[in-house]
Amino acid sequence: MSLPTLAVWKFASCDGCQLTLLDCEDELLALAGRVRIAAFTEASSAVLPGPYDVSLVEGSITTPADERRIREVRAQSGVLVTIGACATSGGIQALRNFGDVAEFAASVYASPEYLSTLDTSTPISAHVPVDFELRGCPIDRRQLLETLGAFLAGRKPDLPDTSVCTECKRCGLTCVTVADGTPCLGPVTHAGCGALCPAHSRGCFGCFGPMAKPNTAALLPILRTCGMDEGAIGRVFATFNAAAPDFAAVSRERRP
Amino acid sequence: MTARRLVVNAIARVEGEGALRLVVDGGRVQTAELNIYEPPRFFEALLRGRAWTEPPDITARICGICPVAYQTSACNALEAACGVELDGPLADLRRLLYCGEWISSHTLHIHLLHAPDFLGYPDGIAMAAGHRKAVERGLALKKTGNALLELIGGRAVHPVNVRVGGFYSVPARADLAPMRERLLGALDQAREVVRWVAGFDFPDHEVGHDLLSAREPGRYPIDRGTVLTSTGTEFPAAEFPAHVVERQVPHSTALHASLDGHRYLTGPLARYSLNSALLGPAARAAAAAAGLGPECRNPFRSIVVRAVEVVHAVEEALRLIDGYERPGRPSVEITPRAATGHGVSEAPRGLLYHRYTLDGAGLVTAAAIVPPTSQNQAVIEDDLCRLAGTRLDLADDALALFCERVIRNHDPCISCATHFLDLTVTRR
Repeated sequence: MSLPTLAVWKFASCDGCQLTLLDCEDELLALAGRVRIAAFTEASSAVLPGPYDVSLVEGSITTPADERRIREVRAQSGVLVTIGACATSGGIQALRNFGDVAEFAASVYASPEYLSTLDTSTPISAHVPVDFELRGCPIDRRQLLETLGAFLAGRKPDLPDTSVCTECKRCGLTCVTVADGTPCLGPVTHAGCGALCPAHSRGCFGCFGPMAKPNTAALLPILRTCGMDEGAIGRVFATFNAAAPDFAAVSRERRP
Repeated sequence: MTARRLVVNAIARVEGEGALRLVVDGGRVQTAELNIYEPPRFFEALLRGRAWTEPPDITARICGICPVAYQTSACNALEAACGVELDGPLADLRRLLYCGEWISSHTLHIHLLHAPDFLGYPDGIAMAAGHRKAVERGLALKKTGNALLELIGGRAVHPVNVRVGGFYSVPARADLAPMRERLLGALDQAREVVRWVAGFDFPDHEVGHDLLSAREPGRYPIDRGTVLTSTGTEFPAAEFPAHVVERQVPHSTALHASLDGHRYLTGPLARYSLNSALLGPAARAAAAAAGLGPECRNPFRSIVVRAVEVVHAVEEALRLIDGYERPGRPSVEITPRAATGHGVSEAPRGLLYHRYTLDGAGLVTAAAIVPPTSQNQAVIEDDLCRLAGTRLDLADDALALFCERVIRNHDPCISCATHFLDLTVTRR
């Protein structure tokens, strides 16, 4: 029986989510025995022709060429899984969606006319059907292995869509907001990190994006009580998942 | 005259997306253009209007392979703007976290990206078929680097525990004890890696370019310092813009930098050649046993220098843990002010410079970031010109493979600038 094929694709991103696959040090060689890594340019010079059973897609769509390329990847892929905040919600570079890209380009590059770029950074799902979205900036290694294992076994991944708060409670951590008055997006942020920031006495800054049906309206007065002004609230919702609708709504109302 | 135009390959095993165009005329390489077509991400523009507390988290997202470098250079620059310099255990912890990144990032490059070139494999996983022990040793060493990143930073990719002025939480001495045991094992593994890579076959090639690295009094540069060049010039980070000028080239979204008007190299070869006397004893001994002199200017041997730097990072981490006393508070008090601050640190790939201007409310009004890849791009192109010129008898696919090797010597993190390398050879 031939092994299922796995492909990894990169669009606009930092490579951190693909790196999470290479960071599975204990599982990497075992995984390589269970799947055929057919395309993974970050890690290998060898690229096999498609179709591919499972494609992992990192990064957002920011150029006309990438708009075309993601359709080719979709056409070649059985299951398409996006990995990380860029691919699921446009990433940090989606801040351009709320600004003037021509002005951004002129401020960074002396000759912006050499660039070919779109006015927006959009998630993969804005362009092609996506079978599963894995959250996080970056993704969590355990969630990645669960997702890969699930699709290779032909089942849906068993991942929570609750909030970071639930993980924080399970870890037995003291609530940083209640105990210290630290502003924290844990109540509205998708679970998956294992409540890393509260474990380091820091408030969650939302790098896994909004949970399903987040009650942001209920959180805002608490953030204010913790000392955040409207500008700070606008900024914290406009970071790594700036274009996720539930977060974008909060930050858009507070743009200067 | 027949012009031949070929798209031959995709550059793998570098971070980011790039293409290479060679023009060969009369048996000589006329031009080698490395086209970095990674989509521009406009970080410097996105940083405007953000609070002084935010650049470490935001700029970490420029590169998943060296986020600590971005966090550290950002902190150094913002602390300089606010008139603060970390010392004592907080400075030691920052350096300890950075050691984790050096161990992890260098080990990744050595085993999964670079060594396959020397042993004739397309990747580290395929290489494991013939060199299982070496790959497993590399993965174990990388895991120790990641464990150190997770212990101090909370997460290996984009650590969450770093802030301007220090950390959100700091470990107790006892928390570091198990890491000490792991690092002792890693020291042996790192020495074995030096012996392993020193036995590879290295083509002869020496670069004559100017070199640039950070400089710290009495110790090998990692997390901060002044800037030192091979011409003997030394200047503080604040004078970086007076010496290093970036210009845009039409064929790339990465800018090209020059040092006082000259092409120059930063990264392991520059760092080692300017500072080898400052390496720790185990790293110095490993370098000597590997046949490295006080300088190394052969880019193919950069893999040996990286391995020596892993030994150094492990012994430096052990030294820092042995001397660690938990600080009374996790960060120093900072009052932002209207000012401009400059900061450098040594990313695994070379010196990384950040500059921020703050207004009186502590918001960023201007930001500039000069990553190692844009500094090295002109040297990589020069290397390609010279080295490809010696191999023009090769068929296009073999020539492409060789060019990829030349590029991977420099470990370009093209995501920094903003993974495919398509090689176009035009033969006239």
